Amino acid sequence: MNDSMSVLTLFLFNIVLVNTPLLYGTVGEIMVEKSGSLDLGVEGTMAVGAIFGYLAGCAANSLAVGLLVSFLAAGLCGLLFSVLTVSLQANQNVTGLTITTFGLGLYFFVGKGIGEKWPSMTGASALVNGFSAIEIPVLSKIPFLGKAVFSQNGLVYLGIAVSVLVWWYLTFTKTGLRLRAVGENPGAADSVGVNILLYKYIHIIAGSGIMGLGGFYMALYMSGSFEGSNCWINGYGWIAIALVIFANWNPVLAILGTLVFGFFNTLQIYSGSLAGTFPGALGWLSAVPPQLYKALPFLITAIVLIASSVRKREGSGQPAALGLNYFREER
Amino acid sequence: MEEQRYAIEMRGICKSFGSVAANKDINLNVRPGEILALLGENGSGKTTLMNMLSGIYKPDSGSVFVDGREVAINSPEDSKKLGIGMVHQHFKLVDVFSAADNIWLGDETSGPVLKKERYNIIHDMAQRFGFDIDPRKKVYNMAVSEKQTLEIVKVLYYGAKIIILDEPTAVLTIQETARLFDVLRRMKAEGHAIIIITHKLNEVLEISDRVTILRKGEYITTVDTASADEQRLTEYMVGRKVELNIERPVVDKTRPLLEIRDLTIKNDEGAVAIDKVNFYIRGGEILGVAGIAGCGQKELCEAIAGLRSIESGQMIHKGDNIVGLSPKAILDKGISMSFIPEDRLGMGLAPSMSITDNMLLKKYDQAKGPFVDRKTGRAEARQVIKDLEIVTPSTETPVRRLSGGNVQKVLLGREIKAGPNVIVTAYPVRGLDINSSYAIYDILNQQKKDGVGILFVGEDLDVMIDLCDKIMVLCHGKVMGVVHAHKTSKEELGLMMTGALDLSNKYEDRPAGIARDSRIEETKEVEE
Repeated sequence: MNDSMSVLTLFLFNIVLVNTPLLYGTVGEIMVEKSGSLDLGVEGTMAVGAIFGYLAGCAANSLAVGLLVSFLAAGLCGLLFSVLTVSLQANQNVTGLTITTFGLGLYFFVGKGIGEKWPSMTGASALVNGFSAIEIPVLSKIPFLGKAVFSQNGLVYLGIAVSVLVWWYLTFTKTGLRLRAVGENPGAADSVGVNILLYKYIHIIAGSGIMGLGGFYMALYMSGSFEGSNCWINGYGWIAIALVIFANWNPVLAILGTLVFGFFNTLQIYSGSLAGTFPGALGWLSAVPPQLYKALPFLITAIVLIASSVRKREGSGQPAALGLNYFREER
Repeated sequence: MEEQRYAIEMRGICKSFGSVAANKDINLNVRPGEILALLGENGSGKTTLMNMLSGIYKPDSGSVFVDGREVAINSPEDSKKLGIGMVHQHFKLVDVFSAADNIWLGDETSGPVLKKERYNIIHDMAQRFGFDIDPRKKVYNMAVSEKQTLEIVKVLYYGAKIIILDEPTAVLTIQETARLFDVLRRMKAEGHAIIIITHKLNEVLEISDRVTILRKGEYITTVDTASADEQRLTEYMVGRKVELNIERPVVDKTRPLLEIRDLTIKNDEGAVAIDKVNFYIRGGEILGVAGIAGCGQKELCEAIAGLRSIESGQMIHKGDNIVGLSPKAILDKGISMSFIPEDRLGMGLAPSMSITDNMLLKKYDQAKGPFVDRKTGRAEARQVIKDLEIVTPSTETPVRRLSGGNVQKVLLGREIKAGPNVIVTAYPVRGLDINSSYAIYDILNQQKKDGVGILFVGEDLDVMIDLCDKIMVLCHGKVMGVVHAHKTSKEELGLMMTGALDLSNKYEDRPAGIARDSRIEETKEVEE
């Protein structure tokens, strides 16, 4: 009994631990999309934030520096996206894909360029400590949930705080109201004196920065070990774009979305131990071929996209002008 | 009396888009407490000129004075600060926001956090100006007139002293227009300067103090409304004498071509849009359909064209059932449908494609082999351009580059080219100026003389009374009656449109909308 309990706890613990980068990516993309811009460059933006944040964090042996640099480096990707799509009116989809290609290219270029001198995370004690679990007083004593949810590392709590903060900002502040207006109907916002250019730039950069934090998280989760073949981000950026739709452009729902999605994502790792612990109820899990588990997150993504495409316009949080460039004098 | 200072004065304004001069050396001025009408045909540069006041465009040359002081308006923000407020033809509202939030967007005075009291502030402020709006109502739940009221409240909230309205009556019913004019008169009495863009002459004469007339981007003149009449204004506007009477040729009518019985249709939201409607169209007659916007006109047109499935009822064409047929099959029977939506380009034509290609859209399948037969299409395009006097550089010009009137002529021209026996046309003159409108009426009358039955969904009651043989009035999807156009009046139609007058059972022995010589095979007696 105790043993089965601990397997479940570990399963839940890992759902949170492994999938928090998705939350950062999703919340960042929500902020970008609320300004009416569809940025498909999440994967590349997270990769850039990850590698530069990690390198700076190691060099300075400081978690704060790592967070800051990942935010800024990813923010630069946002700046590039803004210059191209907002000022130069380039197509957003193409630009986003470009950012992904560029970001991943930069990631491998820098990583392989450093080669032998790649810093290991064990050398940066501040990063190791920063990523170790913090037990929240009282709450962590709750049986089952306490261990799984309230004994996580600080970046998990930060991610949740950022989500709630962004939600509050979008819903209850006047700048948030104006931002939503820019994404819904830039012509209307412009006509009452909202500076469209400024609002788009600031929020695309800030949103990209939040994605970068997710990249940094991923770097620490991977213990900073650089492989020449696989990027740390490993498709999370793409899933985040789908999660935005799942969360209906609501940062708080993004937390729920991350958990639901994370459940299936983590299932592939824990299917064996779950099947072993509960042979009666969950024994069939081990019979599922591992390839199916690998495909599961993407299948869920497809199902989510289909389900949300039938949603009525009124209840949808999708900005009406999403993906459309705004040019005041257009006739 | 001392000459009052102008609230707005524009001198020698020029503006070009590429090689096209939209405004050439235009002068305009308006005093506080005055209503100026800006009159001109489509494409005469009225909206362009006003958009230079609202900060959307910048003039290439010329100067603008506000209260006698020269100003530069570089953005909508500048315009707002100068006390200029514009109610655009396509409302600048965020659909998913409440009324209050739409106003709050541009508010500069309140704190950074949204508080509930904003609803009360907006409500109180609107009441002070004499408007009743629900500040919590979302824009997508509002009727067109409510949106317009909200736009007016919005510019007043920002402290506008100069109010510009771009074709405000295009989307309103007669009663709503009368209410709007009351509001404008009240604002005028409070000392606001008002500019109203329109091409409806009767409205100019009713509401304005002075009229400034533009033609093809050029300034023609400014006259006192008191000394003007329709004939003179039209001549200024068009540049030559225009006959202002719409013909209604008398034609021998055939047996009913299209008969609609107990038709019920639901709209996209699943609500009943057309409710047990009966009517019929004979060859050689124009049946008008009047009603407030969104009373099921769109659903009715789509159902007849086979684009929307019906709930129940019959649609019989020359005795053949057309319910459930594909749009293509219905087209082949000779029923053509042209619907001009509010944005005027959304339905029927592909804006980026040339006139030739748009001609081919409906007969792509008649070409032999797998390739597009552009030669025939081009010949047809040339024919339509010649017949309907369409102004275009060539047959290969993308349709969206043409002016509104010419676009609508292309659409109608293509439909007529197919030689239909029933034409369903909705708002064919929507947003068109006098010249183009009359050209369209002539086209329809010609078709009527050729024995075609026409269902004309319209919005201008004056025109419908002159043009149509009979008028069917819809109110919330129900038929309020079918009246003879030469026996009815605008007032009667207006009452029927709002549901205050129901003439559907006027003749108890003969239910409205069921023909005596019906071709519907059923031998069922219709008397009881």
